[in-house]
Amino acid sequence: MAGPSTLGDFLLQRGISRRGFMKFCTAMASAMAMPPSFARDMAANLETAKRQSVIWLSFQECTGCTESLTRSHSPTLESLIFDFISLDYHHTLQAASGHAAEKAREEAMERAGEGGYLVVVDGSIPTGAGGAYSTIAGMTNLQMLAETLENAAAVVSVGTCAAFGGIPYADPNPTDARSVESLMANGHVPSKPLINVSGCPPVPVVISGTFAHYLTFGQIPELDHYNRPKAFFGDTIHDRCYRRPFYDQGKMAKSFDDEGARKGWCLYEVGCKGPTTYNACATAKWNNGTSFPIESGHGCLGCSEPNFWDAGSFYKPLSAGMWGEAEGLAAAAAVGVAAGAGAAWGHRRRHAQAQEESQS
Amino acid sequence: MTLLEFTRGPALEASLIILVAGVIWRLVGLLLLPYKRDHSEPRGNRTALGGALQTILRRFWPYRAFQNRVLFSHVMGYAFHIGLAIVVFGYRPHILFIRDLTGISWPGLPYWVVYLAGAVTLAALVALLIRRLSHGVLRLLSTPDDYLSWLVTILPVITGFMAVQHLGARYETLLAVHLLSVELLLIWLPFGKLMHTFTFLFSRGFTGARAAHKGAKT
Repeated sequence: MAGPSTLGDFLLQRGISRRGFMKFCTAMASAMAMPPSFARDMAANLETAKRQSVIWLSFQECTGCTESLTRSHSPTLESLIFDFISLDYHHTLQAASGHAAEKAREEAMERAGEGGYLVVVDGSIPTGAGGAYSTIAGMTNLQMLAETLENAAAVVSVGTCAAFGGIPYADPNPTDARSVESLMANGHVPSKPLINVSGCPPVPVVISGTFAHYLTFGQIPELDHYNRPKAFFGDTIHDRCYRRPFYDQGKMAKSFDDEGARKGWCLYEVGCKGPTTYNACATAKWNNGTSFPIESGHGCLGCSEPNFWDAGSFYKPLSAGMWGEAEGLAAAAAVGVAAGAGAAWGHRRRHAQAQEESQS
Repeated sequence: MTLLEFTRGPALEASLIILVAGVIWRLVGLLLLPYKRDHSEPRGNRTALGGALQTILRRFWPYRAFQNRVLFSHVMGYAFHIGLAIVVFGYRPHILFIRDLTGISWPGLPYWVVYLAGAVTLAALVALLIRRLSHGVLRLLSTPDDYLSWLVTILPVITGFMAVQHLGARYETLLAVHLLSVELLLIWLPFGKLMHTFTFLFSRGFTGARAAHKGAKT
């Protein structure tokens, strides 16, 4: 495909000014918690960065992750970065279909060679029924992932489904859905350097920032214990929430329409999972920095954390327990009564025997 | 399953089951013990119930003759019991936990009151341990149950402080550790001296009723 060979040329061609580009680099450096001086180095590296071949595999997913990025406020520099990468295969965005589409993937892999391309996965991978729950061009998702990862430089799991299994993985997990990471750990697919960009969907700037980091340095960013970029997943939503002062003062909304809710108090009591959720929503925000769920009046669902769908009700506070029924407690009470009565009966019997012995 | 999910789910349920079964086992076993009736003429003018209630209340404060000798442990004991009650029943997240379990709820106290009560509780518990270790007779009388009960009581206070202040680890880890420490307390409660949470009423009441029948002062 003919076109600009470096990002600098590409941006120039798209009419992006030097000032606009520097603003982007500064924002990215800031989002990644880098010092301001880093923006200059980032700009220099990005300007000369070569087009990166990317193969985007969509498996058990809702296309929300792709929508998050492509439907972000348009046109943004983030979306231009997205345009700049050589997206050689993407179900939703590519014009080709059927065998032609699969051929594009195979050609891209061959063209880029070993370690020459990046694989992006959104969606979990069904492994039940021999992978028959989701197939593309006669291949199961698992087969396609294994084949594509063989020569990949790295893999980016975009969205909670790819990163942790997400909603398809939720109990009872009918398709035996798995995350990329768990398949790597089990040896079902080749192990490659992995970046998990979780979220349902992920924040657009977190996706583009991760790509920008890779394009700038040619290596994966510093990751947390869930393999998420620390720059974006280093703080909890709660720590960065503008409602945090209300939490510290003990001012909580008791329901979604009470006075506390109208005053913008903390949503902890109505189930906000902000204290245990690591993401950039509270700082990067959504819809071109307009707001994020808590700002819109709803608690955080914890969508960037593993098992968020099975981690209890979205409307139960974090300090509440996580089981539904009290049958166990009723059974325990019955056992307690029986054991206590048995102990007392045993004592009475021994007491009576002792009295008999002393009288005889 | 994450550690927090484990502590909020199966571990919490298991510890509550052990608590309920253990407490009921001990109470039923105690209440069904053979009771020897006193057929003698009552000597005092108090009823058994009156004597029981009087003793339950009277024992909240030591006899004047012993006051000076036990004043320190008494004041410290009150400090940590009241402090702990404020923390457990006045802190809003704890009330939410109880509401989830029982459906009963009440307004919480201001956070600064709870934090202050927590600090007093910690200080009093530490002071009581120092006294136990430094007092020769008390040290000789102490059993492993005393130290274990002290430990499982203070751990939730320490881990709770750490969770609230986000000290030392990620919040979800601190919350999980706090819950684990609470679960340890719930599990140990029926089997050691902490069972006095429930039995103090019965022991004082029984003593008071017996004494009232004999016309003795308690």
